[in-house]
Amino acid sequence: MAQVSIRKVVKEYEGGVQAVKGINLEIDDHEFVVLVGPSGCGKSTTLRMIAGLEEISGGEIAIGGGVVNDIPPRDRDIAMVFQNYALYPHMSVYDNMAFGLMLRKFPKEEIRRRVENAAQILDIKVLLDRKPKALSGGQRQRVAMGRAIVRDPKVFLFDEPLSNLDAKLRVQMRTEIKKVHQTVKTTTVYVTHDQVEAMTLADRVVVMNHGVIEQVGPPQELYHHPQTKFVAGFIGSPAMNFIPTRLVETSGALNLELSSDIVLPIPEDRIGRYKAHAGRELLFGIRPEHMTEVRPNDHRPGLASFHATPEVVEPMGAETLLHFWKDGHEICAKFDPGVAVEPGVRTPMAIDMNRMHLIDPKTDRVL
Amino acid sequence: MMSASAASPSAVLPGVARKVGSLRKERRWALITAYVSLVVAAIVMLAPPFYMLITSLKTSAEISNPVGTPWIVRNPTLENYWALISDPMFRGFFFNSIKITAAVVCVTMVISVLAAFSLARMKFFGSGLLATGVFLTYLVPDTLLFIPLYQIVGGLGLLNSIWGLVLVYPTLTVPFCTWIMIGYFASIPKELDEAALIDGANWMQMLTKIFIPVALPGIIAATIFAFTVSWAAFVYPTAFITRPDEMPLTIGVVSQLIRGDTFAWGQLMAGALLAALPPVIVYAFLMDYYIAGLTAGATKG
Amino acid sequence: MALDATTITETGRPAAPATGGMTLQRFARRRSTIAFLMALPLIAVIAGLVAWPAGYAIYLSTLNRRMTSFIGLGNFEILLDSETFRMVIWQSCIFAITAVVLKALLGFWLAHMLHHIPTKGQRVWRGMLLLPWVVPPALSTLGWWWMFDPSYSSLNWLLTAMGGPSIPWLGEPGWARASVIIVNVWAGTPFFMIMYLAALKSVPDQLYEAAAIDGATGWQGLRFVTLPMMRNIISITVLFSLIVTFANYDIVRVLTNGGPRDLTHVFASYAFQVGVLSGNIPRGAAVSLFMFPLLATVAFFMLRGVNQRNREMA
Ligand SMILES: Nc1ncnc2c1ncn2[C@@H]1O[C@H](COP(=O)(O)OP(=O)(O)OP(=O)(O)O)[C@@H](O)[C@H]1O
Ligand SMILES: [Mg+2]
Repeated sequence: MAQVSIRKVVKEYEGGVQAVKGINLEIDDHEFVVLVGPSGCGKSTTLRMIAGLEEISGGEIAIGGGVVNDIPPRDRDIAMVFQNYALYPHMSVYDNMAFGLMLRKFPKEEIRRRVENAAQILDIKVLLDRKPKALSGGQRQRVAMGRAIVRDPKVFLFDEPLSNLDAKLRVQMRTEIKKVHQTVKTTTVYVTHDQVEAMTLADRVVVMNHGVIEQVGPPQELYHHPQTKFVAGFIGSPAMNFIPTRLVETSGALNLELSSDIVLPIPEDRIGRYKAHAGRELLFGIRPEHMTEVRPNDHRPGLASFHATPEVVEPMGAETLLHFWKDGHEICAKFDPGVAVEPGVRTPMAIDMNRMHLIDPKTDRVL
Repeated sequence: MMSASAASPSAVLPGVARKVGSLRKERRWALITAYVSLVVAAIVMLAPPFYMLITSLKTSAEISNPVGTPWIVRNPTLENYWALISDPMFRGFFFNSIKITAAVVCVTMVISVLAAFSLARMKFFGSGLLATGVFLTYLVPDTLLFIPLYQIVGGLGLLNSIWGLVLVYPTLTVPFCTWIMIGYFASIPKELDEAALIDGANWMQMLTKIFIPVALPGIIAATIFAFTVSWAAFVYPTAFITRPDEMPLTIGVVSQLIRGDTFAWGQLMAGALLAALPPVIVYAFLMDYYIAGLTAGATKG
Repeated sequence: MALDATTITETGRPAAPATGGMTLQRFARRRSTIAFLMALPLIAVIAGLVAWPAGYAIYLSTLNRRMTSFIGLGNFEILLDSETFRMVIWQSCIFAITAVVLKALLGFWLAHMLHHIPTKGQRVWRGMLLLPWVVPPALSTLGWWWMFDPSYSSLNWLLTAMGGPSIPWLGEPGWARASVIIVNVWAGTPFFMIMYLAALKSVPDQLYEAAAIDGATGWQGLRFVTLPMMRNIISITVLFSLIVTFANYDIVRVLTNGGPRDLTHVFASYAFQVGVLSGNIPRGAAVSLFMFPLLATVAFFMLRGVNQRNREMA
C-alpha cells in the first residue's frame, strides 16, 4: 500500500497540446480518489502518467515515497483496469490473471493461491477456464479487476472501467468495486466522466477541467461547498441554475434583485460574507432540488418564495421537474410528485436561500 | 379523394400482384444466370487440371494413337506416377523444393514478424519511411531483379546451389508477409500491450506471449503465402540453376522431363500434378486462411 | 539508480526481476534501439536484395558486353534500334493491357455471380474457381501447352467435334499471342474474383436496400453503390495485376519460349534470352529496366491511394 504524490505535473503532447497544466495532488494510503471532469480534460492523461504509459513532461510523481518519473510501468508496482478491459483474448481467465505473476516469476503455488483468492472475492471461480470471448461484459469487467487484484500492487488505476456496460450492470459493478476496495484497501485512482460514479465511489473527488484541478474534496463537500462555477455546475444532477442578479444593500439587509418583480432576501448569517460585494452584478446559483413547491407548514428561516410559469413539466416518478425561462435563462425546479402542476399555469415556488451560492462572474469563483 | 382511394384497392391489387410476380421472376432469372455463369466458369477453370490428370493416367500408346475423344482415359494406369516416384532425380527435385521452401518460410516468418512488430508498435527513427519501403519492394517484380542478382549470386559462388535460392527468395516473400503482418498487428488494440507492459512483460515477451498468439490467423496466412510463393518460384531457379541435382520441382519438371522430340506426355503431366500437389493440399485444408492472406494485402493497405 | 529501484520495489514480496533501475528515457531509447534491431533483417533484405540489385542493374546496363568498359546509354540505343525489341515493347503492352482488362471484367462478373447465389453454396464454388490461382503457373502452363499441342490438341478435338476449324495455337504469331493471353487470363481471373468478392461482401446490404427504396434499378445499384464503394479495391487490384502481368515470365517461357520468330517475347522473357542465355548481361539488364517507368507510375498511383486511405482512417 502506498500514497501517491503528484507535484506540479505537466503533460505536453507532441504538437504542443498541453493536456495537463501543472497539477498538484496528494493521495493517501488506502484512499479511493476519483478523477472526474468533462471529456478531454486530461483525466486519462494524468492516470496514464501515474501508470508510466505516458512520459511526464514536467513536475514529478511519487508512489510510496519514491519518485517514479523514470521508472517503467512494470517496475512501478501498479495495476490498471482499462475501459475495454484489454483481456488477452487467447488466454483463459485463469491465465489472464496469472500472467503478471508468471512474468514476475512467482512460484506456481503462490500464483494459484492468489488467483483463487481473487476469483473468490469477485465470484468468478466457475469462469476460470473460459476464454474472454465466452464472457459477458460484466464478467469481463470482473476478470479485469481480478487481474489487478492478484498482483496486490501498491496502487490500482481504473480508466472509465464501467462505461462499456449497460446502465443496470454499471450500478451493480459500481457497488462491486466499492466492496472490493473495502476488502483489499489498496490505494485507488479512478477516472470517470460520470459524476454519480464519482460521488458514490470516492473518498475524495478531484474535479478537472481543461488540464487543471478545479477542486478536491469529499463528495459531500463538493456538493455543498463548490469553490468554482465549474464545480458548482458539474456536480449535481440536474445541474445548478445560474441566474444573473444584482446584490443590493437596503438598510443593513442584503437582497438579490433577480428582476423588478423578484427580490430575494439573503439569510442573515451570510450577510457578513457578501457585504463587500454589495451593488455588484453577480451570478445567483441555486440547485433545482432547493427550488420546490411551497409547503404550507414549512417555516424554516431563509425560505423565500416567488411565482413563475413553467413551460415544460417532466414527471420523473420520484420527482417532477419544472422548466421555466427567465430573461433567456432556463431554470429548473424540482417538485414533489404529489403536487399537481400544469405547464403554462403560474405556480408559487419556494427557494431555500440557505443553500444558495453567489458567483463572481469575473473570476468564476464562488464567493 | 376519399372515394377514389376507397375504390382503388380492387383496381390496384392485380397490378401489385403482377409486380410481385415479375420481381420473383426477375430473381429467378438472376439466379439462373448466376448458376449458368458459374458452371461455365468452373468447367473452363477446371478443364486444364482435369485434362492433365486424364493424360497422366494414360499409357504412352494411348496418347500417341488417340481413338475418339482425348478427354477420357480408356486403360487407366499409375505407371507414369510410379516411374516418377522411383526416379531418384525426380525425388531429388522434391527434396530440394522441400528444403528450400522450409528454409525460406522460416527465414521469412522470423524477419517479417519481428519487423512488423517493430513497425506496427514500437516505432523508431525512420520507421514510417521503412513501412513505405516495404510496400514499394512488394511491387518490384522478380523479373526486374534476376539479372543483377544473377551477378551477385554468381559473385558469392552460389549459382547452381539451393542456398543461392534460399538467399534470394526472401525478395519474393518478405515484403508481402511483413505488409500483412503489420496490418494484423496494427489491429490489436493498444490497451493490450499497455496491459502487458504493466503486467511486466518486456518487448520479446509481449511479442511471443501476446502478439503472435493473438495474430495467429495472420501468421498462418503469411506462412501459407510464403510457402506457396517459394514452392512456385520459377524465374530465379530458371536463371540460377542448371544442374539437375540442385533443381527444385518447378524448373525440374519443366526442363528435365521434356527431352528430345517425343515427349513423355503422361509422365510430364504426372510430374506437374505431383509438383502442384503440396500447394493444392494446403489450399484445400486452409482455404479460409489462404483467402484471408490474399485479400489482406489490399484491404489492410 | 540501484537505490531508486530498491525503494520502489518494496521488500518482502517476491521481488520483481531486477531491471537495475532502468529510467524511462533510457527505456524509450532502448525501445527504439530494440525496434531498430528487430527491423534490421528486413532492412538488410530490402537494401541488399532489392535496392542494391536495382541500382546494380542500372550500373550493369551501362557496360559493354564483356563488362569491361562504360558505354553510357549504348545498350538502350541498340535495343531501341532493333526491330525485334520494338516488337517486344509492343507485345508486352498488348499482352499486359488485354490480359488485365479481361481478368478484371471476368473477375468482376464471376464475383458478382458468386455474390448472388445463396451463401451456403458460395464456399464450394469459390473453392473450385480459385484452383487455377493455387497451382504454380509454370506447371499449369505445361497442361495448357499439352492442350495446345499441334498434333494432339484436345482443344482442337473439341472444336472439330463442334464443327469448328482446327487452330494452329502456338504455330502462328497471332494465335500464339492469343494463347499466351488466354492462359494468363485463366490463371489470373480467380485473383480478381476473390478480391472483388471480398469488396462486395464489405458493402453493407442496407445500402442496396436504401438505393432500391430510392428507386434504383439493379443496374443503377451497381453503378451508383457497388462501383463507388469498390473503387479503391478495383484500382489497387488492377494496378497490382498490371505490374505482375507486365513482368510475367513463366507463361511465355513454358508456352512459346518467345516464338514463333521472337514474336511473343515480353520484357522478362526477352531479358532472360538476351542476358542469361546469350550471355549479354548488360543488355539483359537494360531490357529489364524498360519495365521501370511503368512500375514507377503504378507505384506512384498505388502509394497515393494507400496514403489517401490512411488519411481517411486517421
Ligand atoms: N497522444 C496524444 N497526442 C496528442 N494529444 C493527445 C493525445 N492523447 C490525448 N491528447 C489530448 O489531450 C487532452 C486530454 O486527453 P485525455 O485523454 O486525458 O482526456 P480525458 O479527460 O481522458 O477525456 P475522455 O473522458 O474523453 O476520456 C485532449 O485534448 C486530447 O485531445
Ligand atoms: Mg479518457
